[in-house]
Amino acid sequence: MSSASARTYWRRNAVEQALHGYLFLLPALTELAVFLIGPILYAFYISFFRFSFLDPQNAQFVGLRNYVHLFQDPEFLRALWNVTLYSIGVVPTQTAIALWLALLVHHIRGKSFFRVAYYIPTITSTVAVSVIFVFLFQPDGLVNHLLRPFGVPAINYFNSPMFALPAMMVMAVWSTVGQFMVIYLAGLQDIPPEIYEAAAIDGARGWTMLRHITIPLLRRTTFLVVVMSLIGTFQVFDQMYVISGGTGGPLDSTLSVVLDIFNKGFKSMQMGYASAMAFVLFAIILVLTLIQHAVLGRETD
Amino acid sequence: MESARTHVGWRRTAWFIACLYTIIALGPFAWSIYTSLKPTSEVFHSWVPLSHLTLQNYSSILQNFPFGRWLLNSILVAFIVTVGNLIVNTLAGYAFARLRFPLRGILFYVFLAIMMIPGQVLLVPIYILLAHWGWIDTYQGLTVPFLMSPFMIFLSRQFFLGIPKDLEEAARIDGLSEWGIFFRIALPLSRPLLAAQTIFTFQGNWNSFLWPVLLATSPDMYTLPVGLNSFYGQYNAYWNSVMAGVILLTLPIVLVFLIFQRQFVQGIATTGLKG
Repeated sequence: MSSASARTYWRRNAVEQALHGYLFLLPALTELAVFLIGPILYAFYISFFRFSFLDPQNAQFVGLRNYVHLFQDPEFLRALWNVTLYSIGVVPTQTAIALWLALLVHHIRGKSFFRVAYYIPTITSTVAVSVIFVFLFQPDGLVNHLLRPFGVPAINYFNSPMFALPAMMVMAVWSTVGQFMVIYLAGLQDIPPEIYEAAAIDGARGWTMLRHITIPLLRRTTFLVVVMSLIGTFQVFDQMYVISGGTGGPLDSTLSVVLDIFNKGFKSMQMGYASAMAFVLFAIILVLTLIQHAVLGRETD
Repeated sequence: MESARTHVGWRRTAWFIACLYTIIALGPFAWSIYTSLKPTSEVFHSWVPLSHLTLQNYSSILQNFPFGRWLLNSILVAFIVTVGNLIVNTLAGYAFARLRFPLRGILFYVFLAIMMIPGQVLLVPIYILLAHWGWIDTYQGLTVPFLMSPFMIFLSRQFFLGIPKDLEEAARIDGLSEWGIFFRIALPLSRPLLAAQTIFTFQGNWNSFLWPVLLATSPDMYTLPVGLNSFYGQYNAYWNSVMAGVILLTLPIVLVFLIFQRQFVQGIATTGLKG
C-alpha cells in the first residue's frame, strides 16, 4: 500500500466507523429520547401545573405550589415516614443477616447448594412472595400456629396498623437477603488467604479475626449492599399494593411513596402533583446514590 | 490437635445452622406447594393426608380462569423485551467500546446519568404518551418502552473493552465491514455477556408488576403477576387455588434460575445487581 492510498484507506475507515457507530447506537438513542429523556422533561414540566390527564386543556400553571403543598400533605408525609421506618427496619437487619449467612456458608461443604437455596426467594416475584406472606401471617396461619406454644396470642398481622409494616419488613428481609449474601460471598472470595495466615500467626482467632480483619476488608462490599438496599426500600411498591389492595392501609400504615404517587396520579388523576412527588423521591435517591459514588470513588482511588 | 477438633466442631455447627436457614428460605415454598394441592373441601385443615392431595386446583385455575392466557402474555412480553434488550444494548455497548465517532464521550455520559433516575419519575409521562398513541392495554405498550437498559449498555461496553482488539483490527485491515466484524468476530466471543443480559432482563420482566398493573387494564392483557394479584383480590378464601397461581408464577423462573444459576450468581457477584 502506498502512503497516499493508506491515508485514503484510514480516512474512509474513519468515516465508515463513525457512520456505523451512529447506526449501532440508533435503537438505543431512539429509546433514550422517546422513553426516557422526553418523558423526564415532560414530567418535570407538568410538575409545575395542576394537570389532569382527563382534562389536559385546563392545565393550570401553579409554579412551585405542588412542591410546597407536598410537605403539608399528611398522606405524603406519612408515606415518607413509612418508607423511612421501613428502611431503618430492613437495611441494617438485611445487611447483618446477609453477612452472617455468607460467613456461615463460605467455608462449609455444600456451599453452592446453600447459595442456590438462599437465593430462590430473591428470584421469586414480589407478588407471589406477598401472597405467600399473607397466607403465612393470617390469624390462623402458620406463623401464629408456631408462636402459640410460646404464649404469643394470634395476631391478624396485615390487618393491624401496628403490625402490618413490620410484617412487610420481615418479608423484605427474607426475600432479598440471598442477593446480598451472594455479593458478600464475592467480597469474601477477594480477600487474599495470606492476610488470614499472617493474622493467624499474629495470634488472631475467631471473633478477633472477624472484627479486625474480615469486616474492615469487606467495607466496600458493605457500602454497596447498604446503598442498594436503601434505594430499593425507598422505591418499595409491589408488596404494599398487593397486600393492602392498593390502599396502603390499614389506616395508611403501609402507604409507600411510590404507592402514593400511583394513587395520586392514576386514581385521583392529579398528574402534575404526582410528578412533583416523583421528583422529590428522585432527589432523595440521587442524594443516596451520590453519597455512594463519593465514598466508593474515594475508596478505589 | 485441640484446635483442629474445635475447628471441626465449628464447621459442623455452621453446617447445621446453614441447614436450618435452608428451611427458613425454602419452607414457605414447600408450604405453598402443599396448600396448592389440598382439595377445596379440606382447604381450612392445616394437615391433609398426602393421599388426599390433588392437582385439581391447577387444572381449575387454568380452565375456569384466564391463568393460561396470563401465562402466555407473560412469556410473550418477557420474550420480546429480552430479545429487544439483547439487540439494542449489545449494539450500543459495542459502539461505545469499539467504534470512534464524534460525541461518543458525551453520549456515553448521558446514558450513565440517566441510570440514576428512578423509573417512578416516568410513570405519569409514559402513561400520557402511550395513551396518546392508543397503546394502553396493548402488547406494544407493554414492550416497546422497555427495550433498552442504560445499565446493560454500560455492562456491554465494559465487556467489549475487556476482550482483545487484535482480531478486530486484523479483520478490519482484511476489508471486513463493521457489521461483519461485529457479527463474525465480536459476537461469537460475547456469550457470557449475552447469557447475563438474558437472565437478568428475563427475570426482571417476568416479575415486573408496577408497569403492567398500570399499562394492562383488561384481564385479557394481564401478565401473570397482575393476574395473580387480581385473582387473589377476589378469591382469597380459596387458598389452594391462590397458591396454585403462586406456584404457576414462581416455578418457571425458578427453573430458569436452576438451569442458569452459575451465570446468575456470577452476574450478581460482579455487578451487584438484581434483575
